[in-house]
Amino acid sequence: MRKAYKLEELDCANCAAKMECDINKLDGVNDARISFMTQKLVIDTEPDRLDSILDQAQKICSKYEPDCVIVR
Amino acid sequence: MNKKQKHTLIRLIVGFALYAVALLLPIDSWFPHPQSLYIELVVFLVPYLVVGYDVLLRAARNIVNGQIFDENFLMSIATLGAFALVLFPDTEQHFSEGAAVMLFYQVGELFQSYAVGKSRQSIKEMMDIAPEFANIEQDGELVQVDPYEVGVGDTIIVKPGERIPLDGIILEGKSQLDTAALTGESMPRSVADGDEVISGCVNLSGKITVRVTRPFEDSTVSRILELVENASEKKARTENFITRFARYYTPAVVIVAALLAVIPPLLLWQPWADWIQRALVFLVVSCPCALVISVPLSFFGGIGGASRLGILVKGGNYLEALAHAETVVFDKTGTLTNGTFSVVAVHGQQGVDSQKLLSYAAHAEAYSDHPIALSIREAYLGTIDPARIGETEEISGHGIRTYVDKEPVYVGNAKLLSEANIPVEDCELVGTILHVASGSHYLGHIVIADQVKPDAKEAIESLHRVGVSHTVMLTGDRRDVAAAVAAELGLDEFVAECLPQDKVEKVEELMATSDSGKGKLAFVGDGINDAPVLTRADIGIAMGALGSDAAIEAADVVLMDDKPTRIATAISLARKTMRIVWQNIVFALGVKFAVLVLAVVGIATMWLAVFADVGVAILAILNAMRCMHFKE
Repeated sequence: MRKAYKLEELDCANCAAKMECDINKLDGVNDARISFMTQKLVIDTEPDRLDSILDQAQKICSKYEPDCVIVR
Repeated sequence: MNKKQKHTLIRLIVGFALYAVALLLPIDSWFPHPQSLYIELVVFLVPYLVVGYDVLLRAARNIVNGQIFDENFLMSIATLGAFALVLFPDTEQHFSEGAAVMLFYQVGELFQSYAVGKSRQSIKEMMDIAPEFANIEQDGELVQVDPYEVGVGDTIIVKPGERIPLDGIILEGKSQLDTAALTGESMPRSVADGDEVISGCVNLSGKITVRVTRPFEDSTVSRILELVENASEKKARTENFITRFARYYTPAVVIVAALLAVIPPLLLWQPWADWIQRALVFLVVSCPCALVISVPLSFFGGIGGASRLGILVKGGNYLEALAHAETVVFDKTGTLTNGTFSVVAVHGQQGVDSQKLLSYAAHAEAYSDHPIALSIREAYLGTIDPARIGETEEISGHGIRTYVDKEPVYVGNAKLLSEANIPVEDCELVGTILHVASGSHYLGHIVIADQVKPDAKEAIESLHRVGVSHTVMLTGDRRDVAAAVAAELGLDEFVAECLPQDKVEKVEELMATSDSGKGKLAFVGDGINDAPVLTRADIGIAMGALGSDAAIEAADVVLMDDKPTRIATAISLARKTMRIVWQNIVFALGVKFAVLVLAVVGIATMWLAVFADVGVAILAILNAMRCMHFKE
């Protein structure tokens, strides 16, 4: 299942690339894309694991950009 | 500017003022050496901290998170390093540079975020075709409601000057529609009751009442917006290459910087201060921001600019492929030709008026719904009088035998007439020839053909002009018809009598024999029953897709109107985008490597390094913003 989320306070393009790379490595994520231009995260995953994966993704985002928030 | 940016701007202004004061204070003459040094250090630290405290904080936080190669950290090290040279009081000091580097870095960052925000916004504005409300009638009064709330079958009213909120059919009223936002076509389109209208068009002249045929989520406007929004997900190869490159570039530069700071002083007894300074220059240049921002921005801008011309590109990867298009394969019907039959010539025998000929044919074909019959009735200017028509017999594969005004009339191919022993005349034109005879007199013939679009020839010419080396037409038509069209349009190759299932095979064959192996093949179809080919080709282009879901689904590039000239426009737009992308890559890397080399030999200053970092990023962003604007 693919879902799109808005990313707030995503200011650094390089960080966005790093986040995308790390989120893709998460267990249970089939595919993840971050578009710096549209400030969106699109994530393809199993519906029942979505919540825990989003939590982990938020952690990754905060690691690179402390202010960056995934709007759920 | 948003709040965060304004806040930074104020800090920068204050920082600048304090920095100017620090520069002007004659501390050297007030205090003896080396005390003056320490005082100067403090004086410059004030503007430095005002401007850069957030960078230092973020750097510290990122180290805790295990992020060492992050730009905040690198900037902190580079600038603090400049201050740390105070440990070598006998060398030249760089406090002012340390503070200035932070200052300019922050100016650059602010400008970058402003420019990116600005281009995000202008692309959003460009795509501002989403209607805000729909008018519905409630108790005799017009009420504005959210288009989401309107259901299929509801009646909405669109006043002049308003945007049509949902797809539907006109129940009442006549008007002109401006479709420019969807198709890029500036000529208004006239509509009247019974016509389909598409959301996103602007109603220009008259009030129209529309019955909604699709919910807002499925309306054309929503689909287009979704498509363009999602386009930035599919990244181009160049884009992926840059992010991968960035992952190695920064650590590599930092490692070299570390070696540079340590090895020459340790092994070659060089002065520490000098080499540390060179290493600091390296750190400033190590951020790949110029590339990671400008490359996606270029693709995003290019896709946005294309959509304004009615060319929807579903991803950066397709834009990139389009730029390398070498072969363009057309499906004939519906792309190069209108896909509808029409009368192209009426050749009456001596003394037979062409309308009279058409009158016989139209009466004979009065009850048929064959496309050929439709085209004849359309070409006949008079009205059909059913009373004139007698017993009619349709002879399959031959034509029609009937009575008009009690006289036997034959309308059909040469076989039909020769069976009735009526001699026919051949025609030099290509198409379907319909002979007409009344009694035993041959009256003449009507030529019916699928008409070539008015700009089809120009489309092929402009494709050749932009560097497409091979144009091919596939068609199920007879060889002579195909050859005539191909010659008229100047196509390089055509394949006639090509069944739908053969098209995939033929396209694969063409892909295998492409000239250089690097060139891409684009297939242009109308989206009707050529979905497999659209998917198989490197780039599937669907034309005249306004309102056709199947085409939008299957294609990689969607042309909203049905003008084949748009293909060349799309290719040159893609080429322009790629040119800008490569300009930025070469420029950014060129400047950075040049500064790195100059740093090693000790010529590059911190100032130059800051330019190579933020200066280059800003120039690259400005250059990338050009992608949004494309003139045909």
